[in-house]
Amino acid sequence: MKAMKFSSILLTLAAAASLATAMPASAQQNLVPAQSDISFTFKQMGVPVDGRFKKFDAQISFDATKLAASKVAFTVNIASATLGDPATDAELPKAEWFNTAKFPQATFSSSSFKALGGGKYEVAGKLSIKGQSQDVLVPVTMTQVGAVTTAVGSFPIKRLSFKIGENEWADTSMVADPVQVKFKLVLSGIGKL
Amino acid sequence: MAIVLHWLLALVILGMFGVGLYMSNLPVSPLRLKLYNYHKWAGISFLALTVLRLVWRITHRPPALPAAIEKAMPAWQTRVHHATHQVLYALFFAVPLIGWAYSSAAGFPIVLFGVIPLPDLLAVDKEFAKSIKELHAISAFALVGLAGLHIAAALKHHFIDHDGLISRILPGRMWPSHS
Repeated sequence: MKAMKFSSILLTLAAAASLATAMPASAQQNLVPAQSDISFTFKQMGVPVDGRFKKFDAQISFDATKLAASKVAFTVNIASATLGDPATDAELPKAEWFNTAKFPQATFSSSSFKALGGGKYEVAGKLSIKGQSQDVLVPVTMTQVGAVTTAVGSFPIKRLSFKIGENEWADTSMVADPVQVKFKLVLSGIGKL
Repeated sequence: MAIVLHWLLALVILGMFGVGLYMSNLPVSPLRLKLYNYHKWAGISFLALTVLRLVWRITHRPPALPAAIEKAMPAWQTRVHHATHQVLYALFFAVPLIGWAYSSAAGFPIVLFGVIPLPDLLAVDKEFAKSIKELHAISAFALVGLAGLHIAAALKHHFIDHDGLISRILPGRMWPSHS
């Protein structure tokens, strides 16, 4: 009896799942955070240092055939930043660096998509970190395997435009101004490119 | 040349040991970041000069102990004299190489003078890095301890034995016209 009940639940779930995949792309598009990665690289006295954000999410509404209506909005939990070194990580939330108490989130909000062909797009938008906003152009390459879409890309920012590293840490001979932001986003529910 | 390298590297060892002790207790700060990088650059320079020094030593044999002094020394002193120099040379290589390996394992590769990236000696392994850091400190203490023994022996020859041995290495000899 119990087993039958269980199998009927499974059936319902399977039906729901097949319904979901049959629905048009505009329906539910999700980021799969566990398989995605947002990282950054900068130089400390010439030494490359890598960091990443462990928590982030996005609202996505992307349609390759309706780019004008497409939209991406990202939120990154700034307190989840790590350089892989506990002593350094303890510094990041402080006021000179990210000031996470006052600015817990960084956001990216797209304003336009431009198709460059071959799954490549140029996304223009506003990046806000630590209360500072900058317009950025983000090159994105999208690939699809079955129902899974992967978007990768990287773009440079200047840390001082976002006041990341103030006072004694503003010295770019120690911590260079350019920071390369890299991302690999695994998305579900995106329609055919 | 041998005398110049002896004193130059003696100063470098003393300076690096002091900076090394000081910087490892600093909180995360621009000063700590700078000192760590200067210490690494100095360590690589020390290693390069030690290679030069060893090549010079092999091609220009240092004078043997004067017969009279060697005769006056008990056999154990002669043995310790040779062993100290051999172990010191081994540590001249070991201490910076272990420091380099520590940098690699800790995930902070050395970029010499902020310009020349050096290859990693080990893959990144933060846990292993902690052990290598200990080894770097222990070997550095051993180096400075042996250097202390070396200095004590030199002073003993000078002030107790009055055998003039120390004059062979004094900086005055760097410019022969002065002597």
